[in-house]
Amino acid sequence: MNELASQRPTKPVAGEVILPARRWFGIRPGRPRPERPARPPARALTAVAIVILVGWLIVAIAAPLIAPYDPLAQSGPYYSAPSAAHWFGTDQLGRDILSRIVYGSRLSLPLAVAIVALALAIGGTLGLLAGYIGRWVDESLMRLTDLVFAFPPIILAMVVSAAFGPSARNAVLALVLVSWPTYARVVRSAVLSIRGSDFLHASRLLGVGPWQALRRDVLPNSVGPSVVLASLELGNAVLMLASLSFLGLGPRPPAPEWGAMIAAGATDLSKWWVSIIPGIAILTAVLAFNLLGDAVRDWLDPRSRRRG
Amino acid sequence: MSETATPAASLPDDPGTLIDPDGDRPAARSGRSRSLLRFIVKKLLTTIGLLFGVTVLTFLLVQAVPGDPSTTNLTEAAQQDPEIVAAYKAKWGLDKPLPVQYLTYLNNLLHGDLGTSQSTGNSILSDLAKYVPATIELAIPAMVLSLLISIGLGMWAAVRKDRAADHTIRAGALIGLSTPSFWLAIVALYIFFYVLGIAPNGGRLSTKFRPPQDITGMYTVDALLTGRPLVFWDALWHLALPVLVLTSLTVSILIRFVRSAMLEVLDQDYVKAAYAKGLPRFTVLRRHVLRAGLVQVVTVGGLAFASLLSGTVLIEQIYSWPGIGQYAYLAALNLDLPAIMGVGLFVALVYILVNLLIDVLYGIIDPRIRVS
Repeated sequence: MNELASQRPTKPVAGEVILPARRWFGIRPGRPRPERPARPPARALTAVAIVILVGWLIVAIAAPLIAPYDPLAQSGPYYSAPSAAHWFGTDQLGRDILSRIVYGSRLSLPLAVAIVALALAIGGTLGLLAGYIGRWVDESLMRLTDLVFAFPPIILAMVVSAAFGPSARNAVLALVLVSWPTYARVVRSAVLSIRGSDFLHASRLLGVGPWQALRRDVLPNSVGPSVVLASLELGNAVLMLASLSFLGLGPRPPAPEWGAMIAAGATDLSKWWVSIIPGIAILTAVLAFNLLGDAVRDWLDPRSRRRG
Repeated sequence: MSETATPAASLPDDPGTLIDPDGDRPAARSGRSRSLLRFIVKKLLTTIGLLFGVTVLTFLLVQAVPGDPSTTNLTEAAQQDPEIVAAYKAKWGLDKPLPVQYLTYLNNLLHGDLGTSQSTGNSILSDLAKYVPATIELAIPAMVLSLLISIGLGMWAAVRKDRAADHTIRAGALIGLSTPSFWLAIVALYIFFYVLGIAPNGGRLSTKFRPPQDITGMYTVDALLTGRPLVFWDALWHLALPVLVLTSLTVSILIRFVRSAMLEVLDQDYVKAAYAKGLPRFTVLRRHVLRAGLVQVVTVGGLAFASLLSGTVLIEQIYSWPGIGQYAYLAALNLDLPAIMGVGLFVALVYILVNLLIDVLYGIIDPRIRVS
């Protein structure tokens, strides 16, 4: 492909007329456009993502210094619109929304990291064992992942966290339960591709035991794809957690969870700030995580660079 | 069937088909119907196994709930009556060992008994029957729109890879992917109802209209069947906003898949060959890339469907849309466990069946899938 591409002329042939509309739609007679080697905006976007995430990290760590009011106590009239005293207004109980968003970052961000870390640890271990041992271990694990995949994720998470009672811990467990199979499959297929490799046969011939080989050869060579997946899943974890909270299945009130804050404002549109501003907080955090995830994927998985 | 089975088969006069890997090979034809049948039977068996697995999972979840199942499954009034509690325990075999309890549970399920909702007091099956048509009315237009838009935009982005159009489409998809669906629904309602006043404030029909006679349960269809055009337009007007929100969310999930699938097709030898022999670019895109890429529509269908089901659970409440999403939302809010389990089972059943349909369709379209 690349050889062919480099031989293609880069400029339109003299005398060829390209209408603006056709140019925009990419419809041009004859030859396809050459591929561009790199994507310059990607780096700038990664920088933006890192700035946003570092910003959220500072907000979460320094919450007591940044938040102007107590997030759980009434600090003004009910439903006061954004003003100098309350930049983002107050909610139905007169609590300052800015303070609640600031303290909310202490819930959403660590919980999202916990969901991804637990899912990666559980799914990764099971996938490693399934791929390495094979046979019935592999077969039964794959059927188990099929079972989880039989539900749309948010539905299963909803069922599980409702069954165990709404709380932050149960929401995290429910989201781990729906997300580990993806990691298990990714790690398993990485292990399968290594299992038949020559260097593993060689190490076995040199007398390396199966557990040592698992630890020293198989594990380091199969974590890459699951790390990429984990970084891509962070944003999704924030979103899913907010969705469960929106349904009333997340941290219990009066915890300042972002999704629950949106739910509180959904009933009265004239008080738009109550639900719309916390949503922007979610959007920025998830967008930054997603951008960073793409960057990690491009960095660790060179194949994706070509396809973008 | 061979006409539709392969993209190239209906283009016999196009020399490009000679090197099309999807081309119809005469040798493969004789075994086709048998291999297709075997493929379908295999998929059916897997599906049945999966359905059993799902019932085991929900059964175990109910078992894991702390406390006496009769207290979590009966309304408070019913719990006061020892006769009702005893009858409930007998019906679900609660005094018997676990495997027997599971078989009782399965037997009740097979007879359509999903239990009784604590909040509505009705049987969950009849509740679902009441709420499902409204969701179908949302999901079908959203599904069709999302597939059309994501295929169009995904292909455009692939063709214009690394150029302005590609960057714009991908940025839009990334922002859509990062947006909480329920928040987008509120923002859309705020803008189009509260500020602009051009959309209704949720619901399925304006209060001045009487709902059409219940035939399918879908207001637009029923209004057409009973010849009430005004009601039809009003129902359509109420559909617009939730459908658009669902569509925009689904499109942002699908675009990535369509784009990378199209990039793969663009990279195929037969596409290069089509260019090499001097076919106009538009012809290549339409005849070779789009046709091969459309096979992907089928595969992203399951993904689109899952996204719609999840989206509908989160946004129906905001649009006062009485579908299974709202039912699930109210059940979750009231911790109405039997109703949540009922919705979960129902959604899983539909989702599994849709995926079965997609697998079979894919096997029919692309014979290579049956072998693997």
